[in-house]
Amino acid sequence: MASPATQVDPAATPGAPLMEVTDLVKHFPITKGLLRRTVGHVRAVDGVSFTIGAGETVGLVGESGSGKSTVARLVLRLLGPTAGSVKFDGREIAGLSQRELTPLRRNMQIVFQDPVSSFDPRMTISSVITEPLEAQGISSGKQARDRAAELLDLVGLSGRDLDKYPHQFSGGQAQRIGIARALATNPRLLVCDEAVSALDVSVQAQVLNLLRKLQVELGLSYLFIAHDLNVVRYISDRICVMYLGRIIEQGPAEAVMTDPQHPYTRTLAGAIAADPRTGGGTRRVVVRGEMPSPSNPPSGCPFHPRCPQAFDRCSTEVPAPLPAGEGGRTASCHLLDITPTNGKAVR
Amino acid sequence: MHPQPLLEVDDLHVEFSTADGPVEAVAGVSFTVGAEETVAVVGESGSGKSVTALAVLKLLDGGRISRGQVRFDGKDLAPLNPKAMRKVRGNDIAMIFQDPMTSLDPLYSVGHQIVEALRLHRRVTKRAARERAVELLEQVGMPDPRRRLASYPHQLSGGQRQRVMIAIALACSPRLLIADEPTTALDVTIEAQILELLHDLQREYRTAMLLVTHDMGVVAETADRVVVFYGGQVVEQGPTAQVLRNPQHPYTAALLAAIPHPDSAKERQLPAIPGAVPALRDMPAGCRFNPRCAMAWEACTHEVPPLYELPGGRTSRCLLHREGGGSAVVAPPAPPLSAELAPAGPPLTTRKGI
Ligand SMILES: Nc1ncnc2c1ncn2[C@@H]1O[C@H](COP(=O)(O)OP(=O)(O)OP(=O)(O)O)[C@@H](O)[C@H]1O
Ligand SMILES: Nc1ncnc2c1ncn2[C@@H]1O[C@H](COP(=O)(O)OP(=O)(O)OP(=O)(O)O)[C@@H](O)[C@H]1O
Ligand code: SF4
Ligand code: SF4
Ligand SMILES: [Mg+2]
Ligand SMILES: [Mg+2]
Repeated sequence: MASPATQVDPAATPGAPLMEVTDLVKHFPITKGLLRRTVGHVRAVDGVSFTIGAGETVGLVGESGSGKSTVARLVLRLLGPTAGSVKFDGREIAGLSQRELTPLRRNMQIVFQDPVSSFDPRMTISSVITEPLEAQGISSGKQARDRAAELLDLVGLSGRDLDKYPHQFSGGQAQRIGIARALATNPRLLVCDEAVSALDVSVQAQVLNLLRKLQVELGLSYLFIAHDLNVVRYISDRICVMYLGRIIEQGPAEAVMTDPQHPYTRTLAGAIAADPRTGGGTRRVVVRGEMPSPSNPPSGCPFHPRCPQAFDRCSTEVPAPLPAGEGGRTASCHLLDITPTNGKAVR
Repeated sequence: MHPQPLLEVDDLHVEFSTADGPVEAVAGVSFTVGAEETVAVVGESGSGKSVTALAVLKLLDGGRISRGQVRFDGKDLAPLNPKAMRKVRGNDIAMIFQDPMTSLDPLYSVGHQIVEALRLHRRVTKRAARERAVELLEQVGMPDPRRRLASYPHQLSGGQRQRVMIAIALACSPRLLIADEPTTALDVTIEAQILELLHDLQREYRTAMLLVTHDMGVVAETADRVVVFYGGQVVEQGPTAQVLRNPQHPYTAALLAAIPHPDSAKERQLPAIPGAVPALRDMPAGCRFNPRCAMAWEACTHEVPPLYELPGGRTSRCLLHREGGGSAVVAPPAPPLSAELAPAGPPLTTRKGI
């Protein structure tokens, strides 16, 4: 294995996923009173497994509170897991200390929804971008500044912008700066948590194009989180659908969106507004009820209180992920679990 | 003969005074909403949608209508004093906002707030108002409505708060409902629920709706007519299906093309619109869209396009219509993924048109 201080050669582990997450769990304690007694747990992430290949984009979708951002923070180890394993390039990182993590950090970066509020308003763009380089001890001074200029160029801005301040940029430009900063350390995995969600449609398309271009040029892997399913579908190779802290379906993006196998994915796909260019007039399928609180999840299948196809087994037994098609598709639903009973041929 | 529209916004200009002098956020907007009709106002951030909605209700904070008229039922709202205007807002026009948390009072229970709204405009007993509140909550699909009367806003989910806002808005059976991004903060599944609810209630109460949104999908699903805003102006307006299927203004076409669709080819870039929405202070001369328009030519940089009337009850603000209308407006094609990206800065301002 390569020394942790240097970048790991992607060719060193052929075929192995860049990131492999297994049975990941995060429970936040709910405390009460002065003594902060624990009275319960928010089961934000409740046994999640997926992989991200080199150069691949994995989209994470699900309703608000389903645990997407918590998964993002766990895989970057910005948050310690309650249980489970996170392997980056074959190496377990779930148990590492912050000090042991430092050299790995350069390989994994995140872009947030609101870049401007994550920058210090008194810092120039140059310092915003070079900060991670200096923190990682990769470069400093003139060398770091040159790298910052190069990165601005890469994201469609210019070296002339180095001495400007964050407020001098539009939302789309600020998001480009956020991406430039995240790319400064030459990461291999970029987590985009609602990175395009606050942008205007016209500018959102620019930033999506930029992300795709950078992926082609740099071989980046993305974990891409957004609530707009059409955006996720466009950019992702594979999609994981979360519900109440679990991945209830995953597989190739097109297959999951056009032929969903889990009843929840079906309602989610049905809730997308039709393509406006068709002129409208169609109404979407409406699913009743709301997602329950992760501090008090339902028994059995987490979706059963809203599921139009629920049957007796659903309220008692948690469905396990079952094979649901090509490309490693899985869906966690009892309907896919058909056990044939013995019969007698009658004709 | 056309029946008289319920709401007429006629050459509306709104000005804000700021530390650096006055700015014009809405620059000559005209549109109408007929009785029982749903009209969507759509546009990107800062295009003046909310300011227009607030101007109709005379709720502008620090701004004033510097020119133009707002007529409701044929009556100019300008001369109304604050008291008379409050009456209009309670009885004739109601409004719901994107974030119900800002318009619900965190200190009072949901029941109290609906009862107050009811008693403000109608002489009813507290008891009767409470019963009506339960009925309203039931109508807006609130689970367990009687028990919910005692809930405080923070105890409700985002979707439930929006249901309460709708209940309050409907309390006095308004003839016009103005909804400013009522589903923007909600998940798709809850958005679908709320839009269905608005649609059903609109039928039942025979209310007209002015729906403000930035989401073309929501427009397609709900609106009879659509009004497209850019830079504080209406750039295109007409029946929804026609405008979306066959946009006449280059901005509408480009906006529709930039949205990822289920059939967006993955191996191609999205046809993005270069540049960004201009700030109020640096509105370009000529056509306000010209620095970003793929079809712009020299005249666009100095000639201000008027609104052109097109067949089918449509209008479009583009010089392409000068020769008598309806030239083919096409969105820029999507380049392949490996091609160079459009520059982020100001693009060419002088490209050959048509
Ligand atoms: N630090 C924390 N302490 C307690 N609960 C938390 C904490 N962080 C998140 N949660 C809870 O965990 C659940 C999952 O939250 P998370 O932010 O991961 O959802 P999400 O899918 O990203 O939602 P959204 O789409 O709204 O961003 C929520 O119920 C949230 O309230
Ligand atoms: N009180 C105010 N003082 C000064 N300028 C204002 C004020 N309110 C709004 N504006 C400006 O008026 C313009 C139009 O704002 P408006 O809120 O109508 O946009 P919008 O189309 O509703 O956008 P969004 O989609 O972001 O809600 C913006 O440039 C905004 O900055
Ligand atoms: S397991 Fe049962 S409740 Fe869950 S999704 Fe399948 S059918 Fe519905
Ligand atoms: S063609 Fe000219 S007038 Fe028409 S939208 Fe483009 S820039 Fe404006
Ligand atoms: Mg989140
Ligand atoms: Mg607004």
